Amino acid sequence: MSRNDVLVTAEWAQENLGTPGLVFVEVDEDTSAYDGGHLEGAVKLDWKKDLQDPVRRDFVDKAGFEKLLSERGIANDDTVILYGGNNNWFAAYAYWYFKLYGHENVKLIDGGRKKWELDGRPLSKDPVERPATQYSAKEPDLSIRAFRDEVVASIGSKNIIDVRSPDEFTGKILAPAHLPQEQAQRGGHVPTAQNIPWSKAANEDGTFKSDDELAKLYAEQGYDDTKATIAYCRIGERSSHTWFVLRELLGKSDVKNYDGSWVEYGSLVGVPIEK
Amino acid sequence: MCGAPKQGGALAGIDLSTQTVIQGQVWHDGAPVAGAYVRLLNQDDEFTAEVVTSPEGEFRFFAAPGEWKVRSLAPVGKGEQVLSAEVGLNETTVVIA
Repeated sequence: MSRNDVLVTAEWAQENLGTPGLVFVEVDEDTSAYDGGHLEGAVKLDWKKDLQDPVRRDFVDKAGFEKLLSERGIANDDTVILYGGNNNWFAAYAYWYFKLYGHENVKLIDGGRKKWELDGRPLSKDPVERPATQYSAKEPDLSIRAFRDEVVASIGSKNIIDVRSPDEFTGKILAPAHLPQEQAQRGGHVPTAQNIPWSKAANEDGTFKSDDELAKLYAEQGYDDTKATIAYCRIGERSSHTWFVLRELLGKSDVKNYDGSWVEYGSLVGVPIEK
Repeated sequence: MCGAPKQGGALAGIDLSTQTVIQGQVWHDGAPVAGAYVRLLNQDDEFTAEVVTSPEGEFRFFAAPGEWKVRSLAPVGKGEQVLSAEVGLNETTVVIA
């Protein structure tokens, strides 16, 4: 796996819009971004409405994923090119999710929507309709998803990477600062977790830093290549960004995303917390 | 939810006795800049959050009391503003020269 297998540039994306076999997918929580203008021909996925179970706190099951992709007109042999706002947080989350359900060819547009906009590339408001498919997902690959018990059992033994901002790590704030600070759970972090914010892996225009810069970043922070790794944030989307960097760009082995993240961990009764 | 709420608009429903709100507008060449990226950096210059301005060029963050830097990035250029925030409403303007 190398950078070219998992990332495309905005320039490449623009040149390849409309190419058969490629499906461009915008992933946002706020789909008004898509509705206000999207890449020509791109379909949208709503991070919450489409990818989360409406009742339980979990994401949609295999049958739900198959139904969703079939409706959106995505076939098993299509190459899915993901992009989105928030520096590709939700696109990276969707990437992880597509991999979890075994989709073969998935890539991210480096820099996502932000880079595209800063470059002044064209956006379209034309409605996009794709003929429905019969998508067939694989059983979820749990080698890339961590659950709470594994996180607690990994304290002091695995690399636990807290990718939130330093002020969330210390418990000064409980959510990213564009959201009201109103969560009821405890602030702080998983003991022995290292704080390596996702933002250190990205340039200001939202593109990923170079492989050399990324390798240096994690080495300097004491990342132990001999250990398995769990990344978490608040709800699992920023940690998908770091999961993507560690596993897909740097090729680290045994990296899991803990999508329950701090919203779950910080509300568990009796687990250890550091501040 | 990690997606930013719609930027700008009324403060209805926001408890200013507990929240530290940092809000304002991005301006360039005598007009507000819509669709500008605005990030909030803490006193160590660490990224804390980022939003996109409303059609009126507005942004809003929910932070904590202390020193902050607001930096804007848009196709027309960059600008930044340092401020000291307290609990309640803290307003600022970022000018892109």
